[in-house]
Amino acid sequence: MARITLDGIAHAYARNPQSPQDYALQPLHHVWEQGKAYALLGPSGCGKTTLLNIISGLVIPSEGRLLFDERDVTRLPTEQRNIAQVFQFPVIYDTMTVAENLAFPLRNRKVRRPQIAARVADIAAMLELTPYLNRRARGLTADAKQKISLGRGLVRSDVSAVLFDEPLTVIDPALKWELRSKLKAVHRALDLLMIYVTHDQTEALTFADRVVVLNEGRAVQIGTPEELFERPEHTFVGYFIGSPGMNLLPAQVAGTRAQVGDCEVQLGAAYPAMPADARIQIGVRPDFVTLAPTRGLKVQVRRVDDLGRKRLAHVSLAGHPMVAMVPDGMATIGAEAFVNLDAAHVLVYRDDVRVEGVAA
Amino acid sequence: MSLILDSIGLRVGEEVVIDDVSLALERGTMNVLLGPTLAGKTTLMRLMAGLDRPTTGRLLLDGKDVTGLPVRRRSVAMVYQQFVNYPSLSVYENIASPLRVARLPKAEIEARVAQAARVLRLENLLQRSPAQLSGGQQQRTAIARALVKRADLVLLDEPLANLDYKLREELREQLPRIFAESNAILVYATTEPTEALLLGGQTATLWQGRVTQHGPTPAVYRRPDNIAAARVFSDPPLNELAVDKRGALIVTEAGRQLPATGMLANLRDGSYRIAFRCDDVTIDAGANGLPGFPGTVSVTELSGSESFVHVDVGIGTWVCLVSGVHDWQPGAAVEVHVDMRRAFAFDAEGALAAAPAMAASA
Repeated sequence: MARITLDGIAHAYARNPQSPQDYALQPLHHVWEQGKAYALLGPSGCGKTTLLNIISGLVIPSEGRLLFDERDVTRLPTEQRNIAQVFQFPVIYDTMTVAENLAFPLRNRKVRRPQIAARVADIAAMLELTPYLNRRARGLTADAKQKISLGRGLVRSDVSAVLFDEPLTVIDPALKWELRSKLKAVHRALDLLMIYVTHDQTEALTFADRVVVLNEGRAVQIGTPEELFERPEHTFVGYFIGSPGMNLLPAQVAGTRAQVGDCEVQLGAAYPAMPADARIQIGVRPDFVTLAPTRGLKVQVRRVDDLGRKRLAHVSLAGHPMVAMVPDGMATIGAEAFVNLDAAHVLVYRDDVRVEGVAA
Repeated sequence: MSLILDSIGLRVGEEVVIDDVSLALERGTMNVLLGPTLAGKTTLMRLMAGLDRPTTGRLLLDGKDVTGLPVRRRSVAMVYQQFVNYPSLSVYENIASPLRVARLPKAEIEARVAQAARVLRLENLLQRSPAQLSGGQQQRTAIARALVKRADLVLLDEPLANLDYKLREELREQLPRIFAESNAILVYATTEPTEALLLGGQTATLWQGRVTQHGPTPAVYRRPDNIAAARVFSDPPLNELAVDKRGALIVTEAGRQLPATGMLANLRDGSYRIAFRCDDVTIDAGANGLPGFPGTVSVTELSGSESFVHVDVGIGTWVCLVSGVHDWQPGAAVEVHVDMRRAFAFDAEGALAAAPAMAASA
């Protein structure tokens, strides 16, 4: 049972860091609550693995403190932190049965037999491993072995946290659906603090209550999946979450209007005057931009991608690339068309950070 | 110019790995092999390349039998899932390497590398070593090397599979443009329907070593000939419902009776599987006139801009697409509505028995 506090945690692999670029992880303050699931999401090199290693004890942060409840564990070795870990590749004993593998972390801690049996049965049922309990792990598929690894990570109820490091990497794409739903069900059933590292947005958003989006060593937003979709606080979140990512257009903003080249875009709120040297952009997800044959902002159509269940038009608005949804009924698309933006979903960014508007 | 696979089969011991595949692949076209892991995509490519010899059948290049011809005597280039580059060579030298082996004149090498670098947007990276590149840049280098050779046959085996999803998304959008200028017979293996649709061209769906359908990509998607092709070309998985057609009714396994509307009206009486994709199902849409199926949410998968709600409807689990981010919690009771006008019906043998009207135009 624990709450994890990141108290100004930061890490630089080099000594005497001077600028933000010298940090693998820039200072981070946050509290992770018991019973919740968090995902650390970002591209390669964003700092997510460094952060996970700090929590597991493989890396001692160069700055800040790590607390499990009130206890400072910053410098404690992994084995004294009371955490469970699941790695990319299955870590199991081939010669043991599935049941013995699942029981192993409990036996090690001298849990009493009846308790072990009950817990192993519960975890096996959740992961649909019950039919395999008496089989040796050797010879099982990679998917089944990784399920055992997950089970071993989840079998102890007294851990401070369970850490998952891209655990679905080895899983066949067709089976990922199933394991994601298992993980989600397990999270709901067990009162554990879970931390999940991935570069896959679907995995992060599906699994976690809160997602920490990392880029270049910085946590650019910590939010629910809905917040990351509806209100990206940073242009990177807009770009990284969603397929395709958010449209970002350089603009001048005054009051409830934005000027993009010679196009005027209506905003859903009023914005204060911005400094002249600031880089101002408007951001709107393709989901809120609709292509139309007449009426709207004039665009040049570069190409239309038919993705089966939807069509995406790649267009150019005042010379800036943009993606719009093509409505079902729109059969012919010429070189010129129009787009309509849902004003409530047009956001304003100043130097990549979202600016809050005032209801107009 | 074309590559023809004439009843190609491959057995390994007792196991039939490739089962009587016949395909005609034309020069200058993109040919997608779409199928799940272990469907036989890589094996089929190895047979096309001459890395393996088929047990039965013939391989004809421009009408000439090349079945037993080893790979080194064929004009083939390959790109693999793993990024394969020479670590000690610069990007420029990596791309130029097959041309140096072929002893092309210096000016020709420079011209071809420059052109490939332009198409793959590598111009500013030519002096770097592969270790200094991102995964996407490394794979673009490998694709450039494959194209620069101007081989008759270019085989790409899930080239984006090992990239982060954002890089995959970006490179995937660029692929049609990258290959547009190539005059090779292009073969591209993937597990992902979206990738096939973006690539366009022709698609062969593969299932258990067999080609289940071959045709223009959008047409195969919109009008799958058989349930195996429909399943392979659906991600998330195809939703299915086993029914009996009896006169004006269709009856589900659970005994539920529904009016046989739309294309279902014309079916002969008998057993069918009705199949529909995730975007033909709505949740809790209220009185929209579509038949409703009560169910329980098992999980909601969030892709970032879409939500895929998995609903246990008692006779199986269906996946419903909802745009935007909506987190239906596991265990929530919902009603699922199916637009039967957009559904397919497959007969007991799995052959297409009825398709939605819009599929006819595909």
